[in-house]
Amino acid sequence: MRNGVEGESILQLILLSGNNFDELSATVNILSVFDKYLPKHIASLTIRTGIRDGRSVRYSGLRVIKEALTGHKGWQPIWRNPDPQPAYDYVIVGGGGHGLATAYYLAKTFKQSRIAVLEKSWLGSGNIGRNTTIIRSNYLLPGNEPFYEFSMKLWEGLEQEFNFNAMVSQRGILNLIHSDGQRDAYRRRGNAMLLAGADAELLDQGDVRAMYPWLNFDNARFPIKGGLLQRRAGTARHDGVAWGYARGADLAGVDLIQNCEVTGFRIEDGRVRGVETSRGYIAAGKVGVAVAGSSGRVMAMAGMRLPIESHVLQAFVTEGLKPVIDGVITFGAGHFYVSQSDKGGLVFGGDIDGYNSYAQRGNLGVIEDVAQGGMALMPMIGRARLLRIWGGIMDMSMDGTPIIDRTPIEGLYLNAGWCYGGFKATPASGYAFAHLLTTGTPHETARFMRFDRFERGYPIDEKGMGATPNLH
Amino acid sequence: MLIPHPLLGLRDSSEFTYLGDAALLDRPDGMAPDAATRFHDYVHLRDNPAGIHRELWFHEQGDRSWLIVTRNTITHEVLSAELSRDAMKGGAA
Repeated sequence: MRNGVEGESILQLILLSGNNFDELSATVNILSVFDKYLPKHIASLTIRTGIRDGRSVRYSGLRVIKEALTGHKGWQPIWRNPDPQPAYDYVIVGGGGHGLATAYYLAKTFKQSRIAVLEKSWLGSGNIGRNTTIIRSNYLLPGNEPFYEFSMKLWEGLEQEFNFNAMVSQRGILNLIHSDGQRDAYRRRGNAMLLAGADAELLDQGDVRAMYPWLNFDNARFPIKGGLLQRRAGTARHDGVAWGYARGADLAGVDLIQNCEVTGFRIEDGRVRGVETSRGYIAAGKVGVAVAGSSGRVMAMAGMRLPIESHVLQAFVTEGLKPVIDGVITFGAGHFYVSQSDKGGLVFGGDIDGYNSYAQRGNLGVIEDVAQGGMALMPMIGRARLLRIWGGIMDMSMDGTPIIDRTPIEGLYLNAGWCYGGFKATPASGYAFAHLLTTGTPHETARFMRFDRFERGYPIDEKGMGATPNLH
Repeated sequence: MLIPHPLLGLRDSSEFTYLGDAALLDRPDGMAPDAATRFHDYVHLRDNPAGIHRELWFHEQGDRSWLIVTRNTITHEVLSAELSRDAMKGGAA
């Protein structure tokens, strides 16, 4: 049963009419227990309800108990591995967080069908699996903040929405303040956040000391004077987000095609007709590109140059330690931020390396810089041993803000320029891109993220750095 | 990354600041009729290649010369470095 178009039985119509995992959960839980007694064709017709090939794929407490009692033999691969069809209405290039979220919302929210996601490697093999898992909506500018707050609200309902544990944990993010000037800037930012419907609290030194008494408050260069706290911010399980969207998209009929690299676009009379891939030509009504660090080289195949450079950002994790940091702390002045994973590792990072790179690994200079920042903020980190260092490729835009827009080529759409902030944006990015692909008009929170904003003189430059990608 | 400075030998990349694609040396004519478009392209658009890239590095913590470094952005291998003033003189920039 694909795409919910072949009406056959009353039961199927009832089940499909809801088109919503949550409304049907009770039904499905009951069916999942008795499904082997159901006629095969009825059970197999109900993919959208959470039952596939006679087995429930919906997760619930009841399901866990049932599997525990039956030796965990009922767990199955959570998405299909289909071969590409010759043509689709929508082809999404890039099976990372943003591409999968786009496909999910296209199918689920915007009720589109005949959708494929093309991924050159395995699903979630790029930055969705390489980031430091922070979610937040603490931006300043009107072109950004409503979008990130929209994303924050989607995070808050995400696990119920796609029935997958993404371990969204609203443990709060604290931006440290070291000077009067910085306090003014953060007060302004906090007010901008409140105006956009987000939460923000300005803390004094005593408040910060109560939260994190072990911080180095008396650093000679950057004494801690306070902080800006967003309590609704936090972390999420990065891979879980990709898997949740992938599973949800697959259940809604999206073909997730792995090991399928796009090698070219077929463009006729200024309109995209399809994509050439390592698995043959695939015709497409609309093509949406969401490939983050690879944006430059993919769009070059369509003859386009982008306001983007690819840079490497490194991240670090220590051995597992007892709980010490229950939120996220950012030490912007010292190019350092840190949180603690549920496994106990301190997860931290700093600035991008600062030169063009596609290498997914960085250099020692920045590792030293980040370590020095960590030592300045919390000297006890010097006792922790590093377990891993890795790098991801950032699509650094010219103003530090993404692009979600159509391109001069009809039918070809671009979602790019996420810099080092793509993870938190995943839900809103997918939602807004799906909105654009379906309706042809930008989602209201993404309407400033235009491709032509540099030409028109409307960059969205949070830091006021100008067209210098390595400084955003 | 070590950059083979033509005058000072191998220097650590952390002594340098990075500007970007060496194409930035080729500044458009501000008096041209289509100067606005050309400057938009010059300031904002990049080739951003995966592979060989000619780029501008400034030896800020050293002799303050500008270098054109040819580097592989996939492997970080530095292939060559020359003084940008020499390249400009030769008209090769």
